[in-house]
Amino acid sequence: MSHEAEAVSSRGGGISAGIKTPRPKSNWLKHEMAVPKPWAVNVGRFALFIIMLLLWEIGARSGLINSFFWSQPVEIARTWWIGVQTGAVWQDTLYTFRSTVIGFVLGTLGGTLLGLSFWWSKYYARISEPFIIMFEAMPKLALAPIIVLVFGIGIGSKIAMGFAITVVITTLTTYNGVRSVDKDLVRMVYSLGASRMQVFRKVIVPTAIPAMISALRINIGLALTGAIVGEYIGSERGLGRMIFYAGQTYEISLIWANIFNLSILSMLLYVLIGKLESLLLKGFMHQK
Amino acid sequence: MMNAYKMELENVSKTYLGTDGNPVNALGPIHMQIPNHRFISIVGPSGCGKSTLFNIISGLVETSDGAIYVGGNRVDGLTGITGYMLQKDLLLPWRTILDNVILGLEIEGIPKKEAKAKALPLLYKYGLKGFEHHYPAQLSGGMRQRAALLRTIMYDREIILLDEPFGALDAQTRAMMQEWLLDLWDDFQKTILFVTHDMEEAIYLSDEVYIMTSRPGTIKRHLMIDLPRPRKPQIITSPQFIELKEEALRTLSEETMRAYQQESAG
Repeated sequence: MSHEAEAVSSRGGGISAGIKTPRPKSNWLKHEMAVPKPWAVNVGRFALFIIMLLLWEIGARSGLINSFFWSQPVEIARTWWIGVQTGAVWQDTLYTFRSTVIGFVLGTLGGTLLGLSFWWSKYYARISEPFIIMFEAMPKLALAPIIVLVFGIGIGSKIAMGFAITVVITTLTTYNGVRSVDKDLVRMVYSLGASRMQVFRKVIVPTAIPAMISALRINIGLALTGAIVGEYIGSERGLGRMIFYAGQTYEISLIWANIFNLSILSMLLYVLIGKLESLLLKGFMHQK
Repeated sequence: MMNAYKMELENVSKTYLGTDGNPVNALGPIHMQIPNHRFISIVGPSGCGKSTLFNIISGLVETSDGAIYVGGNRVDGLTGITGYMLQKDLLLPWRTILDNVILGLEIEGIPKKEAKAKALPLLYKYGLKGFEHHYPAQLSGGMRQRAALLRTIMYDREIILLDEPFGALDAQTRAMMQEWLLDLWDDFQKTILFVTHDMEEAIYLSDEVYIMTSRPGTIKRHLMIDLPRPRKPQIITSPQFIELKEEALRTLSEETMRAYQQESAG
């Protein structure tokens, strides 16, 4: 009732009055069209984070949460700070960062080249198809023990893990991109007297680029998982190695401190990939 | 050997193996003799094989029988002899209009810079000024067809195949594009083969109209259009035009009916 009364009075106010007087809003305008302020969102996120930490700390101190398994934020912060001072945090993070990025780059490039290569021969593509799909269906993490045996406990096995886990999915994504090419477009370019190489360079590769770009984001997460699992199996350094080691010696704070580092690292990687992605989209697809 | 004709199709046909293992005749045999610098339209019921015919002429599909000669040389099975444009504009979406228009020159190995210098005046002259650095997605259908047609013209072949180039455009844009095409044809002195569904469009644009039979498509009728040029759009209301159109439509509707009956029977 009061809403209706308000609506009537504001309509009577004319144009200039209409801007200042509070006007009624439909539910559509109020809820669906409303955009939250960016600063308010950030404040809210930060507050939620602090509240979670506080609840955790209070829970641990009051005995509601078993701090033997869950540790507590203050303890974790202390452990983390020791790591910062001894430099272990940087060394381990950098180690995992390096193996992830190298595995990601090799796997993505290798998969892209492999996926593109299938365009050149239908015979070769048809023969390879079941093997690729078989390898894709298999959980690559199961290979970790063999990979560590073959490539040793150094960075090589972590790179190999990242490569193994990203190369097949990239191959399939790229090949799907290649196959989605507009046949008429290919026909048109051939009708202009183009060679196969020209069709490949001018039509096939650009067509596959969006698929390749979309693979980046998935691949970085996969490569990180590969590197961490490789470190679990056997490693001299790395965040995964620290988490595994801390787990075996029941140093729960150390596990959490390294998980914190790991989440910072993965966030950093996602931001970097996001930048790379928009750069590529702008460069190749002319999108903002 | 001097040839009276620009292009000759001799006994061109297409047969393929059907699902039951027996050969199915999809097109032809077709004979055509095409004089230089003529505007020639091909009209026929849907599915009669007009597009197959164009694919054969452009070298993208092999003819099952017969041969094609251009200037006395046998060219069937060869690409790069004709410029070919389809109803879809087929512009590469990741290239600007200018880069799309020079695609044919680029494939021939002409340096990009040189190709662009050649293309820019054409873009200016033929209504794409200000759009040369736009991407296809930013242009209207009519503009995109213009760019596609200019790409075909830039590819500078003496024979140009246009497969329903205006089929997807609205009536006003289509009328504008017809005028524009006639201008281009006048300026560049090409021999044009034009496939359309629209008899009025065929007669208005052409010197000769071929009417095809239903599948397997052969030439049913070869009409000479001796309306004076340059033609004004109003010509379509002249008695001579209407007479031609009536005759052509009568021939076509016989074939359309036959195609329909074939389909219903099969």
